[in-house]
Amino acid sequence: MEDYILQMQQITKIYGNGIVANKDVDFNLKQGEIHALVGENGAGKSTLMKILFGMEKPSAGKILLSGKELNMNSSNDAIANGIGMVHQHFMLVETFTVAENITLGNEPKKGLFVNTAKAVEFTKELSEKYNLPIDPNAIVKDLPVGMRQKIEILKALARGARILILDEPTAVLTPQETDQLFIELLNLKNQGYTIVFISHKIREVKKISDRLTVMREGGHKGVFITAEVSEQEISNQIVGWEVNIELDKKSRKKGDIRVQVKHLSYYGSNDVLVLDDVSFSVRAGTILGVAGVQGNGQVELIELMTRARDIETGQIKVNGKDIAKLSVKQLRDTGCSYVPEDRMRQGVGADASIKENVISNQYNKPPYCQNGMIQQKPIDDFADRCISEYEIRCGSSATNLSMLSGGNMQKVVVARECSTNPAVLIAEQPTRGVDIGAAHIIHERILKLRDAGSAVLLISADLSEIMRLSDSLIVMYDGKIVAYFENPEQVSEQELGLCMLGSVKHDPKQIRRIVNG
Amino acid sequence: MDNKSRLFPVVRTAAALLISFATAFLIIVCVSKTPLESFYIFAIGPFTKMRYIGNIVEYAIPVIFSGLGMAVLFQAKLVNLGGEGVFYISAAIVSFAAIFFIMPAFIHQSAIILLGAVIGMAVMSIPAFLRAKYNGSELVSSLMLNSILLGVGQYLLNTKLRDSNAGAQVSYKFVPSTAMPVIVPGTKITSGLLVALASVLIVYILLYKTKWGYMLRMSGINDEFAKYSGISTFAAVVLAHLVAGALMGMGGAVETISMHKRFEWTALPGYGFEGCMIAMLANNNPIGVIGASLFVGYLHIGADLVARLSDVPTEMIAVLQCVILLLVSAEGFLQGLRQRWIEQGVK
Repeated sequence: MEDYILQMQQITKIYGNGIVANKDVDFNLKQGEIHALVGENGAGKSTLMKILFGMEKPSAGKILLSGKELNMNSSNDAIANGIGMVHQHFMLVETFTVAENITLGNEPKKGLFVNTAKAVEFTKELSEKYNLPIDPNAIVKDLPVGMRQKIEILKALARGARILILDEPTAVLTPQETDQLFIELLNLKNQGYTIVFISHKIREVKKISDRLTVMREGGHKGVFITAEVSEQEISNQIVGWEVNIELDKKSRKKGDIRVQVKHLSYYGSNDVLVLDDVSFSVRAGTILGVAGVQGNGQVELIELMTRARDIETGQIKVNGKDIAKLSVKQLRDTGCSYVPEDRMRQGVGADASIKENVISNQYNKPPYCQNGMIQQKPIDDFADRCISEYEIRCGSSATNLSMLSGGNMQKVVVARECSTNPAVLIAEQPTRGVDIGAAHIIHERILKLRDAGSAVLLISADLSEIMRLSDSLIVMYDGKIVAYFENPEQVSEQELGLCMLGSVKHDPKQIRRIVNG
Repeated sequence: MDNKSRLFPVVRTAAALLISFATAFLIIVCVSKTPLESFYIFAIGPFTKMRYIGNIVEYAIPVIFSGLGMAVLFQAKLVNLGGEGVFYISAAIVSFAAIFFIMPAFIHQSAIILLGAVIGMAVMSIPAFLRAKYNGSELVSSLMLNSILLGVGQYLLNTKLRDSNAGAQVSYKFVPSTAMPVIVPGTKITSGLLVALASVLIVYILLYKTKWGYMLRMSGINDEFAKYSGISTFAAVVLAHLVAGALMGMGGAVETISMHKRFEWTALPGYGFEGCMIAMLANNNPIGVIGASLFVGYLHIGADLVARLSDVPTEMIAVLQCVILLLVSAEGFLQGLRQRWIEQGVK
């Protein structure tokens, strides 16, 4: 048997809502390797790592560290055993300095007070030792994301971590920061540290890791030596079948203008201009994609369009009607549907059944409601139709939404919003956190709506989704529309990326002319 | 697995009751010289005589109304403890109608119950409006309202209704036509029971079979989801308050003309708070409210009997109720069992 520093054997984790996040997973680490853990969203990577870091207790299975069984009740136990984790969302006190953050919890003391000078010195030594240069006196909130990640890594090392878990470390980094991170990781590896690198970006995995474990649907699907597998093979393993999802996208027939946004500006909190004179229109039978790094005004734009916020300056027309004074119900009655980004917050009632969820936008309309009375039969039929059409995996239409997996929940949302044959569909991150099968169904449905003559506004952070589905594409940066593409499928990701970062801008006048056309 | 997950609240409630009984037994052992006898009186005593069984039902009638009202509010995720005040003011005001008007019995009683409902709705519309329009906490406003309503009721009793010939602080006698008829011979169970049961049925239909009930429940389950779907959460908040107000107002009226000859409450009657516990025991299900109310009635009669026939003080019942309430309302109670069930179900 090989010499493993850490073994996770037959790990099973079942959450309180009945979701099986891990099933009989084996995961082994060799001393001094960079081991990638890859898989789709919801494949169980994060759960497995939470178990390793002591944040969740496994329902079955055991963890061996250097051959000794570990029984952890909290992440403190994991830290005590030399396991450190850098979370996707950083856990730093933003108003503290770097040194204060790194020594937080075991500060050097001087009587009753914290010995700041010593903390600074300690941090300096640490950063030199690991070759992670950082200014100990800088305030965290002034630092860019890449630096904050460095602090998190140092924090884990300062607490004696020998095994470092990095949860999607590159998701928030620019390409340059990613390169820098990789140099630092290799440096740590050479000093004998073991690193778990969680990612779903195959290219990065290929570049940095020594070995990789693939997870799919809660189980492990094999361990590979990275050098021996191609990118294509890895992605096939992740998805579980030959990746060849071609969407049947017919040529479009342009219709009349369904959505018209004119000179829309909006000031957010702190009087920051989050939308700056945005104008565009969407025609019937087309999909307009909105690309952009998150936080560049997309959220506010959608909230204005769905009447979750009041319009300050500018105008939005749906089906020729100014929506400024409409209630959400009136807006929906004009034929507007909306798939929200955060399904748990807005999209579903988790403690209500599938039946109750699929009629929430037409509960008061015939045939589901006659003279104020809810009509059970038509609702049952409709719910069953949604379940079979969208392949929603569930016990029955009476099952509560909280019992469904994320992908199936999302199908319920999309089924509800598409079932009314809306004149306008606003789809915000419609396949976030959804498995590929479900995403495919959702994409098909959106295209079907477009072919049937709906105008679709698609907002997504997933570039491949937006490029494959959209008929035309706008890019938002810093509250403005900075670029417009007519045939998104022919645009390269690099070109789009430069626009999203704001380094390439199209001529505003030209954009306006085309977009309003 | 679905069936089991639905069963879980029932099991949890049953376990809570079992523990409460064990607690009751412990308390009795501590304070009584003859613990076994005392416990027998407490646990079995209420079923030994028709009159005692009648007492249980009599006790249950008003709390069915308040339990229903609380169930409606809880389903809409509203915590309004104004039931106390509504019971009190409704009883005070319908007393006018019961003292100063003379009508045929059935019409008189119906009018009084209806009046109670209207008073309840009027009172509850205040916290409803404050919550729906200004997002003011209905918990705070309803609690303050209780004190105000108690003061107003006292004022009415002392200045307008008080019978100076009676020795105590009570009103004039009600006219005989207001007394609700007894429907079970040998007890004091009145037709108020029928009104209560009819209310249960109506609330059930309202909540589960009408669009208004759907609107109310969805707002309670996730108000962001409701707003996003185009459901008016303003309307849901107001509706839940009005329905609860009507129910509790009716409860005050029914109790007044079923069990009393005069208006004689000089403090808040306690039915409003009891409603909270009943709604929780019933898991906010209108049908379950009947069983929960009978159970609470049974506890009370048991405690009364113990106080009368043994050496155990009646305060014990308060301790007992608190234990039940704590266990039933503690979300995490028996969570381990639930997790095991789920894991078995998955495998």
